[in-house]
Parts: sequence; C-alpha cells; structure tokens
Amino acid sequence: MVAKFELNDDNVVVIIGSGAGGGTLGNELAQKGVNVVILEAGPRLTTDDFVNDEWESFAQLAWTDARTTSGTWRVAKNFPNLPAWIVKSVGGTTTHWAGASLRFQPHEFKTLTTYGKIDGANLLDWPITLEELEPYYARAEDKMGVTRTNGLPGLPGNNNFKVFKAGADKLGYKECNTGRMAINSVERDNRNSCQQTGFCFQGCKWGAKWSTLYTEIPKGEATGHMEVRPQSRVLRIEHDDAGKVNAVVYVDKDGNKQRQKARIVCVAGNSIESPRLLLLSASSKYPQGLANSSGQVGRNYMRHTTGSVYASFDKPVHMHRGTIMAGAIHDEARNDPSRGFVGGYNLETLSLGVPFMAAFLDPGAWGRTFTSAMDDYPNMAGLWIVGEDMPQEKNRVTLSATVKDKLGLPVADVHFDDHPNDVAMRNHAYQQGRKLYESVGAIRTFPTPPYPSTHNLGTNRMSAHPRDGVVNKWGQTHDIKNLFVSDGSQFTTGGAENPTLTIVSLAIRQAEYIAQQMSVRAI
Amino acid sequence: MTEHKHHHDHSHAPSSLSRRIFLRRSSGVTLAAAISVTMGGALLNAEESWALEVKGLRPETLKTLILLSRDIYPHDRIADRYYAIAAKPFDQKAAADPAQKEMFEKGVAELNALAGPGGYVAVPWEADRVALLNKISSTAMFEAVRSALVVSLYNQKEIWPLFGYEGESYSKGGYIHRGFDDLDWL
Repeated sequence: MVAKFELNDDNVVVIIGSGAGGGTLGNELAQKGVNVVILEAGPRLTTDDFVNDEWESFAQLAWTDARTTSGTWRVAKNFPNLPAWIVKSVGGTTTHWAGASLRFQPHEFKTLTTYGKIDGANLLDWPITLEELEPYYARAEDKMGVTRTNGLPGLPGNNNFKVFKAGADKLGYKECNTGRMAINSVERDNRNSCQQTGFCFQGCKWGAKWSTLYTEIPKGEATGHMEVRPQSRVLRIEHDDAGKVNAVVYVDKDGNKQRQKARIVCVAGNSIESPRLLLLSASSKYPQGLANSSGQVGRNYMRHTTGSVYASFDKPVHMHRGTIMAGAIHDEARNDPSRGFVGGYNLETLSLGVPFMAAFLDPGAWGRTFTSAMDDYPNMAGLWIVGEDMPQEKNRVTLSATVKDKLGLPVADVHFDDHPNDVAMRNHAYQQGRKLYESVGAIRTFPTPPYPSTHNLGTNRMSAHPRDGVVNKWGQTHDIKNLFVSDGSQFTTGGAENPTLTIVSLAIRQAEYIAQQMSVRAI
Repeated sequence: MTEHKHHHDHSHAPSSLSRRIFLRRSSGVTLAAAISVTMGGALLNAEESWALEVKGLRPETLKTLILLSRDIYPHDRIADRYYAIAAKPFDQKAAADPAQKEMFEKGVAELNALAGPGGYVAVPWEADRVALLNKISSTAMFEAVRSALVVSLYNQKEIWPLFGYEGESYSKGGYIHRGFDDLDWL
C-alpha cells in the first residue's frame, strides 16, 4: 500500500531527489519504518517509456532547464547551457548511468595526507576511511547486483571490449576485464539479464541495469512508509526561529505551490541543484544560504578528469552493439606521481550512436576531417577516461546574477577551470588510449574532449571540521542538525571511480544514522 | 545541443525512389546544377526526383544553404535530398521569425558577395568554398546553421545505414543473438 502523507505532517523525512542518493535513502528509511516523502522534479516513467533513440531520449530524460557556464572548460564554449548531462525523472541519473560500480581506493579518502599540499587545489581528507565504508560497499553491491561480487558472473565482452582488451594485453596492462557492473549478468531481483541492446544511457528497457526507478522506489513504497511525488519542483527549504529546518516549499505537478512540513530534510538533487537549493534558501538568519557558515556551499565542484579516445580500424567493430560500458582497465588508477600527476584514472569502454557521435566527437568541428571520421563509424572503437580531478575553491556553483528560471529563481552558473594536474592526467590518458588502439592496428585516433558532466561532485563536501566543508561524516550539515545532504555533492574528493556505488553506500550508511538519531530523539 | 527536437519531416519526394538514388548522390552533376528553382519558387532536383517548397526564404537562399550544408558536413555517399531535409528547418525558422529570416538572408548575401560573380553556388571547387566558409565561420549565421545541422543531418534514420549504425535494437531482442561479439579479426 503506497503511503500518502499530509502536507502538515511534521514527522516525515522529506528527501529532495530520487536518484542514487535520494531513492536509496528513501527505501532504506522506509524499510526501517520511517515515514518518507520524496519530492522529485521530473516525471515518473516506466521502462516501456524509454526509447532506443539518442535525441528523443535526451528530450525525455535530460535535465535541460536553463543553466549557465563560465570558466575555461570546453563545455562552456560548446554547450554553454548544458554543463551537465544528468536526468530529471524519477530515478534521477540512475536511469542514464552506465552501471560501473567501483569502490574507492584507500588513499582516495586521504588525498591531502597522500598527495600533500598542491597549489590551487583545496585538498582535504575525508572524515571517513575505506574500512568504515567497506561494510556499506558490500551491502550496496548486493543491493545493486554488481557483477564480479557475491559470486555473480561478469558480463560477456562485446566487440568494443574485444578491441579494448586486445590493446590492454599489448600494452601489458594486467587489470582489464568486463568490469564490476550493476547490470544483471543473470536474472536477479525480479529483473532481466542484459540482452546486449546498447542504449544503456537511454534508460534500460529490460530493467537489467540497476536504477532506483524500479528497485529502491517500488520497494520503499511497498512498505507503506514512502510517498513519491513526481513533477514536484522545490523552491526553498524553510526553518524555524531556532534555525532547524521545518518545511519544504515546492510547486506541484499542477503548478500549485505547496508547503510540506518536515522533521528532517535530505537534499539529493545532484551537485548542481543541491547547492543551488541551499543558496536559494537564504534567510535573515542564514543570509549566505543554509548550512553555509563555511562559505563552502557550491565550491570545490568536481567533474572527474574525463575525455574519450575513439579509434578507427580497417575492419568493422560495430561498437554500438551491446553494453555501452563493457569493460575497464584499472592499471592506471593507482597514485603514481612519477607519471607527472597525482591520483589516477580508469579507462572504460564507451560507445555513442551516430547522432551523439556527430555532436560529441569534436564539438563544433566541420569539414572533411570531421566527416571522414564519421564515415569510419562502423570501424570505430572507443573508451572513456575517468580520473580524479583536483577540488578547487573557484570551481563552483553560484546563483546567476542575470538568468532566471521559469519559476523566477536564479539559475545555477557552473564555473570550471582545469587544474594543471587534471590537464597532465588527461594528456597521459589520451596518450595511453592512443597507444592502446594503435597497438592493435588503429588507422586514426581521436582524442575527444569531455562531454557535459555526468559525474558532478563535491559542492557540499564532507569535512571533519565545520570550517572546511558543509557536512560531517554522516552527510549531516555542520550548521543544522536536521538538514542532510545525500548525493555526490558530499564527496570531499572525487576518486578515480564512477561515483554511484559510493553514493549508494553513503546513503545506506546515512539511513542507519538518521533512524538511530530519530529513535533517540536527537533529531 | 541547442536543438533537441527530432527532424523527421520530409521533402516532397515520391515514395517509390529507385535504389540508385535512395541514398547516394548521382554522379556527374554538381549540386549547384542539380537543384533548380521552379517558376513557382520551389526547389527541384529532377535527378533525385524531389521538390521542396520554400516558404520563408528566397529560393536561391535556401538552395545556397543546402550546398553550404553539404560543404559543412560533406559525405559523398549521401544524396542531396538528405541535405535538403536537413536544411529545410532554416526555411521554416525564417517563415516563423523575421529576425531569423534576416539572419539567413543577410548571411547568405555576405557569403555571395565574398564569392564574387555568380555567388557561392558558382564557386566550382569545394576547397574554394570552404575557404569562404572559414571567413564566415565565426558569424551567428554560420554557427546557427552548423549547430542545427549536426542534429538535423545525422539524426535522419534513413542515412544511418551508410554509417553502419543500426539504431533501435530493443524490439529485435538486442544484440545478444545478433552479433554483439562477432568481431573475429583480432
């Protein structure tokens, strides 16, 4: 029985966002008998609604509300109003993600200690360690059905992986396989196994890829303790005279303004909207925005050091067939400053269809250099770089001074400049990607610039000391004890791993803490 | 990314096109010569058997934009009709918005002035036309054309087979039994 809660019910936990963080947290709390209202800006779709068509799906899923960009990153030039490629629907970006589920490495929780002070980088150790998070990683892997964990077989490698693996072997890489993926390699959890359809980014029509849309959310609803309100666009979080948050004001699916009372508020709108909402909620008591006594809300925006290498061969590859992220190489993920940068990166296969390849291979390019590359599409293989980028205070989400959204609120401006460490890492990865493909006969290689960000991190970061960040080791804001952050914006630093598994693990852990704190009436 | 819409609208082409002209350009006729302006102000490509009504722009302007579209994204294997379909939204935008119309008309007039007698369509070598495009590549019109084309050309399902791209696959059961791992040359 799906719950329905009153707007004036001030005992509910209100979660803003239903993706990896919000959707998981909601289910975990509901399983413990805590009443939860999830406010989701996007509509509720089903797997039947998903379409195997890149642009049509983009129009269906992507968060395309106005945003602006600044800084020297190329996204600001080519896609000035699309800093991030993330999703506005129930399930959030777990509908779109590729499924790679990697644990952080031990040193990635201790970057300041490990790397030392680096000019321009606002490095900080996480207030938690890998050992503390390991039990939650294990639970997340079990929940999500991650391949190569818990005895689950790996996925079979597709054509794109075959090229990738052959190149990895030639280069002497030792850690290359079809990855730890939250994609069913066997039927599990009442979900299909992967049918190698491609279109992972467009929503998995088989439901083989884990998404909160058809796992956490219906499971949470089945407890009778969770209500999801789609198409609910949050305007601000309110607080009482004592400074504790007590309500969330939003515009509902019919365009009417509503005010949901709350005992606890958890913000999980991804790393652009979450800080924006805290900033939009400024009041006379909190003139810099909620939970912003440190001035760190919106700062330290990270997006991983990314990029792609595509390569064309003299024979067909048909990389579009099968799992989009069909394998990974971990050999470069270690911290080895002798390469000319700190931190590391993973290489993961990636493919795009013709419509997106045209848009992203070399944005803005035209003429025969570009079209001859497109003509090679059937013979192309491709990989994606995902590496740790440096947190920088000046890389930040702010409220636009000039552009307002349809509701009259300032949109988010996303400023980003690469750190020299990011540039050195990307160039190293481009070179390794080129060598990898050339070792198996590539005719041409294409160092493709980063896409609009899919991994948005760090804008409400975790810190041991309140002066250094926004939330503590539980994702609880330093300033307001019943206000939490439950998405990737908590990340103190980004690691070299795709972030979803860590977001889910933190959400499971946070749910335990919130339930415990509620039971002792601490919040 | 500025254009998220689908572009499935078609020019007035007979449905029974022969295989020869279904995808490929016919040989031996330059695009400038292949497309003529009819008495009624439409564009006609007799070789490929299609006509295109022009509503917002001067017919010669749209013809120039079609050639310019091919020069921006030249694929010799793609027939003119697909460039015409890709460029048709420029005419629709011009019909709907005087400011757009002025941008296209003025932009093409400037390009023609740079090209000299006969205008852009009369410049015989692609390399010379590309040199002209490089001179205007930072203009609002050029970027409007290019950024729209990258969607309106490459999002036409009819041309995907030329790129070996198979499109939708869910209804066919994915590729698990249809060659997801059929690569055998390594």
